[in-house]
Amino acid sequence: MSKRFNQLAQKLIAKRRSKWALPAMILVALFAVGSTFSLASAFTNDANNTNLSTSSLIATGKNLFLQGCSSCHGINAEGSGIAPALIGVGGAAVDFQVGTGRMPMADMSQQAQRKAPVYNPAQIAAMAAYIQNLAPGPDVVTDGSLSWERDGNTANGGTLFRTNCAMCHNFAAQGGALTQGKWAPSLMAEKPGQIYEAMITGPQSMPKFNDQTLTPQEKLDIIKWIKSVQNEKQSGGTSLGRVGPVTEGLLAWVLGIGLVVGIAVWLTSKSR
Amino acid sequence: MKKSEKAAGSVANFVDERTGAAAWAKKNLTKVFPDHWSFMLGEVALYSFIILLLSGTFLTFWFNPSQNDVVYKGAYQPLSGISMSEAYASTLHISFDIRGGLLMRQIHHWAALIFVAAIIAHLLRVFFTGAFRKPRELNWIIGVGLLTFAIVEGFLGYSLPDDLLSGTGIRIAEAIIQAIPVVGTYIAFFVFGGPFPGAVFIPRIYIVHVLLLPGLFLALITVHLMLVWYQKHTQYPGPGRTNKNVVGYPLMPVYMAKAGGFFFVVFGITSLLGALASINPIWLYGPYTPGQISAGSQPDWYMGWLDGLVRMAPNIETHAFGHTISWNILAPGVIIPGILFTGMALYPFIESWLLNDKLEHHLLDRPRNNPNRTALGAMSLAFILVALINGGNDLIATHFKSSINDIMWFSRIGILVIPPITFVITKRICLALQRKDREIVLHGRESGRLVMMPHGEFVEVHTPLDKYDTYKLASHPQPKALEIPTHDESGVRVKRPLVNKLRNRLSRAATEQVAAPSGDELHELEHH
Repeated sequence: MSKRFNQLAQKLIAKRRSKWALPAMILVALFAVGSTFSLASAFTNDANNTNLSTSSLIATGKNLFLQGCSSCHGINAEGSGIAPALIGVGGAAVDFQVGTGRMPMADMSQQAQRKAPVYNPAQIAAMAAYIQNLAPGPDVVTDGSLSWERDGNTANGGTLFRTNCAMCHNFAAQGGALTQGKWAPSLMAEKPGQIYEAMITGPQSMPKFNDQTLTPQEKLDIIKWIKSVQNEKQSGGTSLGRVGPVTEGLLAWVLGIGLVVGIAVWLTSKSR
Repeated sequence: MKKSEKAAGSVANFVDERTGAAAWAKKNLTKVFPDHWSFMLGEVALYSFIILLLSGTFLTFWFNPSQNDVVYKGAYQPLSGISMSEAYASTLHISFDIRGGLLMRQIHHWAALIFVAAIIAHLLRVFFTGAFRKPRELNWIIGVGLLTFAIVEGFLGYSLPDDLLSGTGIRIAEAIIQAIPVVGTYIAFFVFGGPFPGAVFIPRIYIVHVLLLPGLFLALITVHLMLVWYQKHTQYPGPGRTNKNVVGYPLMPVYMAKAGGFFFVVFGITSLLGALASINPIWLYGPYTPGQISAGSQPDWYMGWLDGLVRMAPNIETHAFGHTISWNILAPGVIIPGILFTGMALYPFIESWLLNDKLEHHLLDRPRNNPNRTALGAMSLAFILVALINGGNDLIATHFKSSINDIMWFSRIGILVIPPITFVITKRICLALQRKDREIVLHGRESGRLVMMPHGEFVEVHTPLDKYDTYKLASHPQPKALEIPTHDESGVRVKRPLVNKLRNRLSRAATEQVAAPSGDELHELEHH
């Protein structure tokens, strides 16, 4: 065994000055580096995608898009009769729609519903990168990138919300009805990044609020106010849904008049 | 006699010798009232009115009815530094800085909702039992007036805090005023002291809310109760109860105790609601600005049916002689409620005209024994209910996953179709119940006991009613339909023949009923 290995080594050494030696060595070296890299990235892929090069992220995103989205949005995201073109909508739209579970749609009803996301964060990032790469648009906004807690102004945010948002989302961000079975959703579970993305991309029936309509600072104010409402304990007892006087009237009749009549029946039945 | 009794006696004697109160008290403290739970609904309205006076007085100590701008610096942080009216700021102050202020506000608002609800429950009892008939027509009209003022008073109270929701309500009220043909614009300018929202509306409605209308309530409630006192309370028919007596318990001590206790029960229930359930959270609505609006803006429930009518009204406007008439606001906001309330106020006279009934009625009807009236009441309720449901159409749409357009179309068609159907069905149910009563009187109650006869036949044993139950089911008067001739004996047409014909026709509808067991039939029963 060792005799044969020595003979092979002697042959290789003898050919070290051959004209093929250099290309062969480069080939071996490249193969070693590539294998090591792919092995390393294969182990860290699920935990952390930052090691992926942008181009392979886009490629992954494209694959996911072709498998999961292209049947409606078109092979090149050019849109179709039943779904809009996604060229230029930006990564923010992908992160919002897929990250809140609205896309892929469960059914073709009035509008996409919020549900548990179908894709994991790495896959969403890949799809967002792919769409962002097609044509520039508003890019993904992460929760951590927003300094709403430090820079936002709750009171000003409330005024802005009542002026720009409350007509659909209700005074306490509980949501409301739109025409033809569409609705503005409740914002009680929304994360800061998603709120920001919704404002800049205008999902479903929502208008876009660009930086001229609402400055980035004003967007932070609104986010801070929404977070404050999400966490605000109801003063004065149970909230009755924060939807205005309808539930109050219902309770006044059912519990108020119900109890009063019940006791009146009791008061007069004792004397029979 | 104990020393304390002697002292009390001498005080009573002192008062009596100077006022003659003993004779008055002896007569009135023993006054008899009949006993039934439905007779206590009006009391609920009265008690919630007292609660409203007490809690409202508390609120006036801090409420500032001014539309001047201030910058909020109070305890509620999410509105800190925001510019708002003093009315809104002082309501926030009551809610967050005054000890017990929020509880009082909530008790006041819950009591207001229960006040109007109790008035309507009381009105339904009076209507469906025919308690409005002679000699109580005037009291019925006073009651309709009280209901109208209660709705206005409630709306004004809802408008006072100057929050986003109440400002929206005032804006709609302004639109309804403006919809009045020709003079609407001028009245709106007069009411608001210039263009909307102005700076005088809240101070003006404040004085109406805390002085004018409560004063009117006190006066009308006093007359309402004095008439009940003078005319005596109605009672349900039963053995020993006639149009000339009242069977029940004396005021002192039975009703003093019952009514006094019931006041505290009503106070307890409003306090419970005020302590446990948030109502009108004005701090969440934010201050009113004409440029803002919230989804799901609704009025309180007693205005909800009007809002529902406005929401379903088709968008129709006419232009003539330089004036615009907005039928989409005028019809649901002014004409329809006007017809409803006028019809309600005049109903006692309509019914007595249809039956040519000039008699006094102190014995109540069981609703089934006047099918036409009961059906009319159910029909009106159905109308109001469809309108009320449409008033909450946006919340129904979001919470029951339906389209607001579909709900609106359901209401548009339903408000025309459902009330007549309700009328027919209710009338049929009443007649069927009359038939059942007749059956029970003549053949007794089904006992569920089966007996096999010697020849093998099975029969169910029916238990005959005792005479008291028979009286209850068979004693009601059954008015006859009018038959006013349209021609006299010589074949000459009498005056207004068409009116007479219509009156005969309506009278036939109003008296449609199943014949109660006649005296002969009952007599025969006794000899069975």
